[in-house]
Amino acid sequence: MPEPARVPAREPVRDAARDVAIVAFGQSEHVRDSAETSEVEMLMPVLHDVLAQTGLRARDIDFTCSGSSDYLAGRAFSFTMALDGVGAWPPIAESHVEMDGAWALYEAWVKILTGEAETALVYAYGKSSPGDVREVLTRQLDPYYVAPLWPDSVALAALQARALIDAGLADAREPAGTAARRRGGPARPPGEYVVAPLRTGDCPPVVDGAAAVVLAAGDTARRLTGRPAWIRGLDHRIEAHGLGVRDLTDSPSTRLAAERAGAFERPPDTVELHAPFSSQEVVLRRALRLDGPQSAHVRINPSGGALAANPVMAAGLIRLGEAAARIQRGESDRALAHATSGPCLQQNLVAVLEGDPRPGTGGQHKEGQ
Amino acid sequence: MSKEPVAVVGIGQTEHVAARRDVSLAGLVREAAQRALEDAELHWADIDAVVIGKAPDFFEGVMMPELYLADALGAVGKPMLRVHTAGSVGGSTALVAADLVAARVHRTVLTLAFEKQSESNAMWGLSLPIPFQQPLLAGAGGFFAPHVRAYMRRTGAPDTVGSLVAYKDRRNALKNPYAHLHEADITLEKVQSSPMLWDPIRYSETCPSSDGACAMILTDRTGAARTPHPPAWVHGGAMRSEPTLFAGKDFVSPQAGKDCAADVYRQAGITDPRRQIDAVEMYVPFSWYEPMWLENLGFAQEGEGWKLTEAGVTELDGDLPVNPSGGVLSTNPIGASGMIRFAEAALQVRGQAGEHQVEGARRALGHAYGGGSQFFAMWLVGAEAPAG
Repeated sequence: MPEPARVPAREPVRDAARDVAIVAFGQSEHVRDSAETSEVEMLMPVLHDVLAQTGLRARDIDFTCSGSSDYLAGRAFSFTMALDGVGAWPPIAESHVEMDGAWALYEAWVKILTGEAETALVYAYGKSSPGDVREVLTRQLDPYYVAPLWPDSVALAALQARALIDAGLADAREPAGTAARRRGGPARPPGEYVVAPLRTGDCPPVVDGAAAVVLAAGDTARRLTGRPAWIRGLDHRIEAHGLGVRDLTDSPSTRLAAERAGAFERPPDTVELHAPFSSQEVVLRRALRLDGPQSAHVRINPSGGALAANPVMAAGLIRLGEAAARIQRGESDRALAHATSGPCLQQNLVAVLEGDPRPGTGGQHKEGQ
Repeated sequence: MSKEPVAVVGIGQTEHVAARRDVSLAGLVREAAQRALEDAELHWADIDAVVIGKAPDFFEGVMMPELYLADALGAVGKPMLRVHTAGSVGGSTALVAADLVAARVHRTVLTLAFEKQSESNAMWGLSLPIPFQQPLLAGAGGFFAPHVRAYMRRTGAPDTVGSLVAYKDRRNALKNPYAHLHEADITLEKVQSSPMLWDPIRYSETCPSSDGACAMILTDRTGAARTPHPPAWVHGGAMRSEPTLFAGKDFVSPQAGKDCAADVYRQAGITDPRRQIDAVEMYVPFSWYEPMWLENLGFAQEGEGWKLTEAGVTELDGDLPVNPSGGVLSTNPIGASGMIRFAEAALQVRGQAGEHQVEGARRALGHAYGGGSQFFAMWLVGAEAPAG
């Protein structure tokens, strides 16, 4: 069939008509088991924290968007409980994605770009403790051919790690070394095998947690914080679901999202990767070209990354928040933040954040050139 | 900065039935998406991003099914979003997709909502036991019936109004080939003598449980200029939410619904909705919600909505036709029901609603709500491009 003449897709949003920034970030303590605490109780202090950072009240927020999963909460419409914590009265303009909070941030960013909102509150939360999260995540898989086999998230990540080793891109001990470094300490024993070749040190801790971010446009952002973390580019892409049709050693969706977000135009000084498994950091570093000499001075996951705390549904948003917080604190001028979803990095989001040039430093372009 | 105008250039639905045993989840959504592409005379490669929505994942037993559906919806290599805002989700999903075009992030977006309720029992899926809470409710009807009773008491509406709505919507469904219920032998007496489920809601005044999907292609001015069929233009869209329970909440006419409508009317320049809007597709899962929403949306004064229904104003040939498609009372794949309202409103202003076309419809309202009457999503579409 002849292809019709196509209308070309839009160029990526870059230097958009209005600048949008992350102006506040907060997160809960991430704990192994929050049985004594409801989702709302976990979330409330975080929401109060980000509002206090900006001096905004709930009613000053133009748009609210959240990310969470009914399958973690074990009940339908679980996000309606969290709305009580937001204080949605008088009624608010609000939306929810059944995705990691990083995608809720994306929806809120788009809303601000339309001009309908100046400020947005984004939050995400997940309690993995009530169930067995490895089992729960099997329900994400193709319900006809894969989910009935109950292959759990660690087993699938182990397939990916094995593919990396077979391709000569990682040796069996390398991922564990990465893991120890991420947690900030000296190299520790790699631990016992969970699913070979992944050991305990290669796998994320199972925790409960919540996070929130405030976005604001242009001058509003400048008014709310000393150094806004401007979103210079933001894009996300998904890959095929079937693991058999993917090259698990590569992440073309991360690379494409990064290209669209302008990540390769200049190297960042800081990178926050959402790699729940140490082997996945190897894949992401390759896709984002972080292994070359030009990236020698890039700090990767100064927060400790998802290997230090991985509250499912919030961990991606936390990467964006941590990167923004470093810019706000003056510890970074250009940061790349990444979030992932699905088995073996199926879906990926990349944000490029920048601070305004600092007086006396010659601007944010100086470093890393 | 002005927003990019958004046009609906493709609409596709599946035939909605109690159980689509012949297709997988992927097959179901692809059927609707393919029909929307054919309507727009576009190919999968023309789609820049995909935004899908559905109600709770428990209904099909697949967590975050957008991951599994990426291939079936041609989303590989593209951005894909999954919206979930309870019963309003079909509407919210379309609005999220429209924002991608309005913000000039993407040019042409596929948006789709679905539910395959035959995979589970939706009533009990909505009634999962919650620790330390009294198990009081059996399905949505148990939640909404007391609020219908409150409306009747507040307005003094006669008991028969609900049955008039059901009788009208089920007859309208006979003109809609995609509707789930085609009750050719329906009579008012049959509706009024059907079993009482949740007093005052009878069996025939209740939505069915359906399998189905609905898809739309949204595009910008450039895309609309090349489209073969008349587009529907988005003149206004909004979402509003309020908490489930709080002191002072008006369950009969929630403030979030009023605020949402007011925002949409402001964007669209509507000052007299009754006169300026030609057709309404509103989310009426239980018959009495038609008069209740007529008041909430500003088509009638408070306490007067039932009089419009009783006088036949909302009939297909009345001066404010409500749910010419047969509505949620005739078709209810929950997650898709809101998008079907939005799409049917668009079909009306495109003049493509077939036998249930409202003559000369130029402006139509699509409406969805969900949760405990707390989540609202609406859009107003018109035959002409918005001014400015």
